[in-house]
Amino acid sequence: MTGEDKPRVAFFDFTGCEGDQLQVINLEDRLLDLVEVVEVVSFREAMSEHGDDYEIAFVEGGVATAHDERRLTDIRDNADVVVALGSCAAFGGINALRNHQDFETVKERVYGEDADSITSYPIARPIEDVIEVEYEIPGCPIDREEFLGAVTALVNGAEPSIPNYPVCLECKFAENTCAFERGETCLGPITRGGCSATCVSAGTHCWGCRGMVDHPNEDAYTDVLEANGLTTEEVIEEYQLYWGWQRNQVAVADGDSQPVADGGER
Amino acid sequence: MSHTIDVEGDLVTRVEGHGSVVVNAEDGQLDTCEWRVVESPRYFESMLVGRSFEESHHVTSRICAICSVSHTIASLQATEAALGVSVSEQDRRLRKLALYGETLQSHVLHLGYLALPDLVGEKSVLPLADTHEDELETVIDLHRLGNELTEVVTGRSVHAQRLLPGGFSQLPDESDLQALLDRLVNSWDAVAELADLLAVLADELPAFERETEYISLTHPEEYALAEGTIYSSDVGELPVSDYRDVANEYVVEHSTAKFARHERESYMVGALARFNNNADQLAPRATEIADRFGLDAPVHNPYLNNVAQLVEVAHLLGESVRLIEALLDDGLTPQSNYHVPEIDPTAGQGIGAIEVPRGVLFHEYAYDDTGEVTEANCVIPTNQNHGNIQRDMETLVPTIVDQPEDEIKHTLEMLVRAYDPCISCSTHYLDVEFVGGEG
Repeated sequence: MTGEDKPRVAFFDFTGCEGDQLQVINLEDRLLDLVEVVEVVSFREAMSEHGDDYEIAFVEGGVATAHDERRLTDIRDNADVVVALGSCAAFGGINALRNHQDFETVKERVYGEDADSITSYPIARPIEDVIEVEYEIPGCPIDREEFLGAVTALVNGAEPSIPNYPVCLECKFAENTCAFERGETCLGPITRGGCSATCVSAGTHCWGCRGMVDHPNEDAYTDVLEANGLTTEEVIEEYQLYWGWQRNQVAVADGDSQPVADGGER
Repeated sequence: MSHTIDVEGDLVTRVEGHGSVVVNAEDGQLDTCEWRVVESPRYFESMLVGRSFEESHHVTSRICAICSVSHTIASLQATEAALGVSVSEQDRRLRKLALYGETLQSHVLHLGYLALPDLVGEKSVLPLADTHEDELETVIDLHRLGNELTEVVTGRSVHAQRLLPGGFSQLPDESDLQALLDRLVNSWDAVAELADLLAVLADELPAFERETEYISLTHPEEYALAEGTIYSSDVGELPVSDYRDVANEYVVEHSTAKFARHERESYMVGALARFNNNADQLAPRATEIADRFGLDAPVHNPYLNNVAQLVEVAHLLGESVRLIEALLDDGLTPQSNYHVPEIDPTAGQGIGAIEVPRGVLFHEYAYDDTGEVTEANCVIPTNQNHGNIQRDMETLVPTIVDQPEDEIKHTLEMLVRAYDPCISCSTHYLDVEFVGGEG
């Protein structure tokens, strides 16, 4: 178990639900296989030890406070490789659902007359907005198999392979009835695949939890959108459950709007 | 002696906050004793405003992964109450199963991954693969069983997919339910083994007692978990609509998380509160375990919350067996694999109240006539326990303040862990730093 040659890895959680670390614990006995090939030096959800000597940092959750930002910078300094674990870390995720709301109103709704005592950034940010991130494993929560595949790649000196095709592709393989055909709206055409279309297969639709494909205007599964009279832009505009941060970045890249307010703890 | 016990709060972060304990004492006289909780705000109640009734449960599932099914069900109850949506008996049973699966995995995670390493002097469950292979296998099997129960019913153990306002998008296969039933029936040996292991720990729990108000749900026909009315050990039954008066939240200067009080200056929720209020409705095997540990309601030692969790593990297994048998006896009423319950939104307000691993959880939403959230309120178990942890420490610390620093630290660590504030708070040891010199 000590294994001096094994890569040392650490897990960290920021603002989020800790569901991605829970997915790692939910590997059950395969977690024991995992620690045969890596040495876990920090994993707060599963162990009380902590070490700062690690090569690979898996970081879950987003950045909500200046304190988060300082901690994250330290992790960046310590790690050779930083992997964003889950959607909040990778691209903002559900935390950013409030990013379009007026921050004073947000605080007042939750903390009432005590709103002034709350310090946090006015918007929720992914970790890549604060530090350089080598790899991202998206998903809410992450897919256990995809995580294992990424670790295997990293341990072998290879790059984790995260798909850049839309969920629609896997949905066709799964032989699901298309959500649009059922009269529902689905984010599958522009959401990054790799989840085996798990939500559609469970009888619902894609909620967009793995984020957009890299270039939504080029990479979208446009057949489905066109058949339903929709454009990529319309879908991005309407559905912001997980994309409060990301859609803004796309808009900025296209020169459509100004970046949202940055930093500045209030 | 002057002690300052100061926990590294930045390592105890979680949705429900990160905590630190500050104790200052001079010559055995207690000066400061504070349970400080600093929230890393996520603003869920604001996030929901403007979202559709079809999304509320999906969003609030993300409050906490370990209790994600619990939040989803509380959310659905609130939405259904607000919009006047009824749920079939079959779907209510299936929801219960999903909740029982999650509570089972959460309790086993807490007991097995935290208490077990403590027992054998390890810092995590991982080294046990070499030293306690069989015991670890038992823990993992039970944990997996809880997760699979949730997966079979809801499609996924973290952030369930099939749960919708008004029912399920898809039903489990009866063959999968049957397979689960067989495994549940065969799991009693594993529970007995877990009980054997924890029996050693129970002997080492501090004999600290402080009577407080115990609040849970209660139900005339069953040990209340998925539904019921509020019950206070001080004043008896209260309607769920009184939840804001029960979980009377207030702000303390040293903490950004809200504290709560009802009849007294604090109250306790969670497995021990449930046990104290409803022990006579436990499944027979659960009562056997309670008897073995000498747990006899009312229990005023908060450290025994862990034992109450073990008792509930047995209860959850027993009840899950009963539920699956009932579902299979009746046969599942078939539905589409892409079912969308028909809901015609009307303006309204509704409350969801369920017992989740760490205590009673409330969600309340108001919707406008288009089915968009106009207001939301979530009261989470851990926040309800903060005040009680504070009062326990105020009572406990003066009695141990002359002990060596390591022992004070250990005793307070165990107290916080006993409340299982949430898995990360409880698995993280309190990294206590003593400053200040001789008094």
